[in-house]
Amino acid sequence: MNSKVPSFLKRALLVTALLSAGHAFAADGVGLLVYNAQHESLTKAWVAGFTEETGIPVTIRNGDDTEMGNQIVQEGAASPADVFLTENSPAMVLVDNAKLFAPIAPTTLEQVDAAYRPAHGQWIGIAARSTVFVYNPAKLAEKDLPKSLLDLAKPEWKGRWAASPAGADFQAIVAAVLEQKGEAATLDWLKGMKTNATVYRGNSAVLKAVNAGQIDSGVIYHYYSFVDQSKTGENSKNTQLYYFKHQDPGAFVSTSGAGVLASSKHQEEAQKFVKYITGKEGQEILHSGTSFEYAVGKDAPSNPKLTPLKDLDAPKVDASKLDSKKAVELMTQAGIL
Amino acid sequence: MLPETLPAQVAAASSASLRLKPRALTGRGGSWVVALAVGVSLLSLLPIAFVLGVSWATGWATIEALVFRPRVAELLINTVLLVLITLPLCILLGTALAWLTERTNLPGRRLWSLLAVAPLAVPAFVHSYAWVSLIPSIHGLPAGVLVSVIAYFPFLYLPVAATLRRLDPAIEDVAESLGLKPWAVFFRVVLPQLRLAICGGALLVGLHLLAEYGLYAMIRFDTFTTAIFDQFKSTFNGPAANMLAGVLALCCLAMLTVESAARGKARYARVGSGSAREQRTVLLSRGTVMLGLGLQGLTCLLALGVPLLTLGRWLIAGGVEVWGGGELLPALLQTLSFGVAGALLTSLAAIPIAWLSIRAPGKLQRLLEGCNYITSSLPGIVVALALVTVTIHFARPIYQTTLTVLLAYLLMFLPRALVSLRAGFAQAPVELENIAQSLGRSPLRALWLITLRLAAPGAAAGAALVFLAITNELTATLLLAPNGTRTLATGFWAMTSEIDYAAAAPYALLMVLLSLPLTALLYHQSRRTAGR
Repeated sequence: MNSKVPSFLKRALLVTALLSAGHAFAADGVGLLVYNAQHESLTKAWVAGFTEETGIPVTIRNGDDTEMGNQIVQEGAASPADVFLTENSPAMVLVDNAKLFAPIAPTTLEQVDAAYRPAHGQWIGIAARSTVFVYNPAKLAEKDLPKSLLDLAKPEWKGRWAASPAGADFQAIVAAVLEQKGEAATLDWLKGMKTNATVYRGNSAVLKAVNAGQIDSGVIYHYYSFVDQSKTGENSKNTQLYYFKHQDPGAFVSTSGAGVLASSKHQEEAQKFVKYITGKEGQEILHSGTSFEYAVGKDAPSNPKLTPLKDLDAPKVDASKLDSKKAVELMTQAGIL
Repeated sequence: MLPETLPAQVAAASSASLRLKPRALTGRGGSWVVALAVGVSLLSLLPIAFVLGVSWATGWATIEALVFRPRVAELLINTVLLVLITLPLCILLGTALAWLTERTNLPGRRLWSLLAVAPLAVPAFVHSYAWVSLIPSIHGLPAGVLVSVIAYFPFLYLPVAATLRRLDPAIEDVAESLGLKPWAVFFRVVLPQLRLAICGGALLVGLHLLAEYGLYAMIRFDTFTTAIFDQFKSTFNGPAANMLAGVLALCCLAMLTVESAARGKARYARVGSGSAREQRTVLLSRGTVMLGLGLQGLTCLLALGVPLLTLGRWLIAGGVEVWGGGELLPALLQTLSFGVAGALLTSLAAIPIAWLSIRAPGKLQRLLEGCNYITSSLPGIVVALALVTVTIHFARPIYQTTLTVLLAYLLMFLPRALVSLRAGFAQAPVELENIAQSLGRSPLRALWLITLRLAAPGAAAGAALVFLAITNELTATLLLAPNGTRTLATGFWAMTSEIDYAAAAPYALLMVLLSLPLTALLYHQSRRTAGR
């Protein structure tokens, strides 16, 4: 090997190696840093619009709600993040309780309906999603649908429903149950779930399994089905959506949040970014884009294909009280995590 | 474990017997090398220190509540069952295929032996992706066993085949002349001689079973690693994640202990004048040939056919569209640069220890090597958790930087570089280094000018192995990747998490293509060390 390789080739290899090693280090991010737990495609659409309008470059770090919430809490005042975006409120509460958010600018707060932001204004709602019961009509007749989310812990539902408990979405639903029904009832319900539910990783996987008839039904958020329908529909064509309504814990509407980190060295740009996504252009992306999440801006219409938010009869849950830590503890205790 | 260790051991033994101690060790340069080697080894103890430290800080009451609960028992049963069922199947399949390709007149055996190594070019989680899109309902323990056997049996095939090629047929002749039937010869004479190869290969497979995340997450089979990941997703590095990591680390150490006990103390080298005779080829009956071809064909179909066909199907379904979007190229460049930088750094870090193990073998060097060996047996998730926790609290300047990712790769893959580099050093005569010093070169300069130059091919092979490992690394990269970066593996994972199998296909294809040349190198090396 030694003698056969011409020396210029060896040098070329060495130079390539050094260059790409240099590239590895040069890649460390620039501009505004967003810790993003929202769907990547949605945040990318927001970032593209924002950068086009303001010229401010944005780097995205992807993760899950409570993973990144806990991460920011550990990073504390030295967190590199400027903005935190979530899919659900509990992670926002986590960071807020650690006093790490800077107040959102009043003009930005005014852009969003008061029902979708906490009164103290430390963070703000950017979108909303509704809990939904997805089922396969071939396996489950309409008359047999459960009246309440809590019914799913009963013995007759053993092996008949699925969920993705490792994800922040389901954990937000658990936090809402906890807020409405208290600790003991929630733990009982989770223990019933441990016996009854089949566990998948990700709401898309739940939807796919229900569609394929591997399981009768599942508890997910509404937009997974709409997103799939807007593409090929291959993972949802055999499914129906059922909203619990009647202010049932299963009718919970979860608020996705945005917050500006108090430690951010780019306060002005970070506030601009939050203003953009809650403003007209940002909310328009929810209306016309393919995310199918509900818009929460004042007078901002959601996608016309969705059941209107006001018809969902969601329970009144104070988003700023949702306790993700307790929810995860209870789920760990019930043996689900 | 792998065949390339042998020349190193032989050379180490001979240089020790000739008492050609290098002068360097007594001089200033030597102490530098020792200091560097100790430094690298101390660094490699970081994950173990993390597990111990976190347990200490958590306190017994919390540990008790988090470790002694039904969920952990469930995970333990899952993990143990997976290991107990998969390992024997891998051993059986690997040994059967190796025997067929090395010792019989099976038609096309050269081709079959190449095909038995080729599944290594397909990352384990891509195997899983192929199966789950072929049979969407596949899940649980049976699926875990199936995909694991398919993805990992080459780790057994390689060392067993290499050992089979080197066996001295004289022992088998003696056994036969004493009246043993052919099958009895195999079980009483051949198989015992394969013990080291089987133990080594089985250990490698076992450690992969404990560490793998992507494979099992995709087919919904919960092991310790997937559970730690779920906890991480919910709590970042919360106590539950850390405690599960502690239990997983204990499992790995238990596996190392079992393997080292199973190796035994028997002697395997042949003595006698001259070299061993060519082995006789076993002539198979027509029925056995059909059976052998059937086994080879079936393995090939499952281990190569399924991934390639499903990959092809998704590539066709996705069309040109999935190649656009402008994310594939950055991911490829990122993977290449992580791979190259990681391989360079790991090889550099391996130099002091490799040099010591050849030039000054002894207790200290064995201890240092042991440290690295143990750490590399720990799953990526444990190493990554350790690095996240340590950098966030004590080394903030390197938190979320490329350096931390490379450090994780270094800790996980150091032995791969070490093994090849050691073989390279062993072939560089110490006399040359001594002469260079006597002509006025400093010890470090002599090492650089003479020994490293001669060891370059070995170093390159080691670096290639590290590069291959980094290309397909998922778990640690998911946790540690710097802001805004994405590799082929993490890009693939993001797509499959959204069940966008068509968009994931190009990432998988690129990973396979990147791995192919290095798998070929591995195959070539294992043939070459057999001396033919």
